[in-house]
Amino acid sequence: MKISIIDYGAGNLPSVERAFASLGAETERVTRSEQVGAARTIVLPGVGHYSAFVAGLRGENLAEALRAAFERGTPILGICLGLQAMFTSSEEAPGDQGLGFLAGEVRMLPKTVKAPHIGWNQVERVKDGALLRGIPEGAYFYFAHSFAAPAEGSHTAAVCDHGMKFAAVMEAENLMGVQFHPEKSGEAGAAVLGNFLKVAR
Amino acid sequence: MTLARRIIPCLDVDRGRVVKGIEFKQLRDMGDPEELAARYNREGADELVLLDITASNEGRATFLDTVRRVAQQLNIPFTAGGGIRSLDDGNAVLRAGADKVTVNTAAIERPELISELAAQFGSQAVVLSMDVKRAISTWEVFIRGGRQPAGIDAVTWARDGVRRGAGEILLTSMDRDGTCSGFDCELTSRIAAEVSVPVIASGGARSFEDFREVFTRGSADAALAASIFHAETESIHALKNYLAGEGLPVRLTPPTSAGMHADQVLGEPPRMKS
Repeated sequence: MKISIIDYGAGNLPSVERAFASLGAETERVTRSEQVGAARTIVLPGVGHYSAFVAGLRGENLAEALRAAFERGTPILGICLGLQAMFTSSEEAPGDQGLGFLAGEVRMLPKTVKAPHIGWNQVERVKDGALLRGIPEGAYFYFAHSFAAPAEGSHTAAVCDHGMKFAAVMEAENLMGVQFHPEKSGEAGAAVLGNFLKVAR
Repeated sequence: MTLARRIIPCLDVDRGRVVKGIEFKQLRDMGDPEELAARYNREGADELVLLDITASNEGRATFLDTVRRVAQQLNIPFTAGGGIRSLDDGNAVLRAGADKVTVNTAAIERPELISELAAQFGSQAVVLSMDVKRAISTWEVFIRGGRQPAGIDAVTWARDGVRRGAGEILLTSMDRDGTCSGFDCELTSRIAAEVSVPVIASGGARSFEDFREVFTRGSADAALAASIFHAETESIHALKNYLAGEGLPVRLTPPTSAGMHADQVLGEPPRMKS
């Protein structure tokens, strides 16, 4: 099985590639919408600014290709900003539209806590999902973000709390996402990616 | 759910080798960066910092090669820096496999560098590194590897750096660095109270209690150390077990070899040699 990693011109792809390689999965970088159309399994990593990210996806018609893949039932895993982009919009980029696969606005973490939320945090499962299967309760994952997706909604599989509750793991049929960086989260993170591979298979 | 206090080993590299200075002087060879990185990744480090302490133009390619090789060894966050003067320098380090970049001297000389990096890569990728020395009634920032006073107060600079987009502060006490006399908790708590971003305390780690103190009294979000870990006398794993026993939230990982330091979970805090 080949994992198609969306390469929109920014972000730390090598660590995501390395994490999948260590699980024995083959990866390719895709930059064009036809490649997204042909992909069997898609990973959408993301770091940086929401505005630049969604603009990058639109510019190459990747947004439309991703929507088609989502509607076809292709397994898609969004990481960090990749998860946030699946929602309607973000407070980080008020005028911009997200991919809009899920309803809801990505919000800024409150000023009452240190932001960015950087470091290893635990998550609380709110439904029986596939991505955290077999991973011990209390496991830590590495987060690095200032904005976060809403915790409410049937798609939320696990939440985290940093000044407010937010979606840490999202699962809606073939659409999945994690706010933390599984490629940077040691053994627990590798297990999440391994679970995604199982679902995608 | 609790945000864990981070333990961050630091590799100071000079021409492809890990070295350690004492009070920013006297370099000593401490080993191969790839080997040490792999060991710390295994031992449960929460992150790794790699600093180019030569930061000369000739050494740039060698440093980027070290960044690339070290990145291969890690499945934890990786910060690299030293001599970052431009957006291009930052980009090169991140493209070589680092997740975050540190800025120091060049950010003092041209503070816009912080905002440029943050706009391009996000605040979470920009770490403001500050080398600080006690003055009579305040703390003073030093640049050029601690050789030159910057003429700016540490609290002022920390606030300004965060306002410009730094996502974390790596705060090194020059008075304590390499001396093994404990972290400067007073400095750390002062800066932590002034800024809205995580503060990584550095300089002076000597014992397990020092880490406890900098997390409690010093309000640090993370603690960085070099020599105490390189010497292999104590492992990160044992340190975290100690901190957990003291009631601090830490990310515990399974021991890397059977029974390693298991007796230290509830035992007396061992002293670390440097």
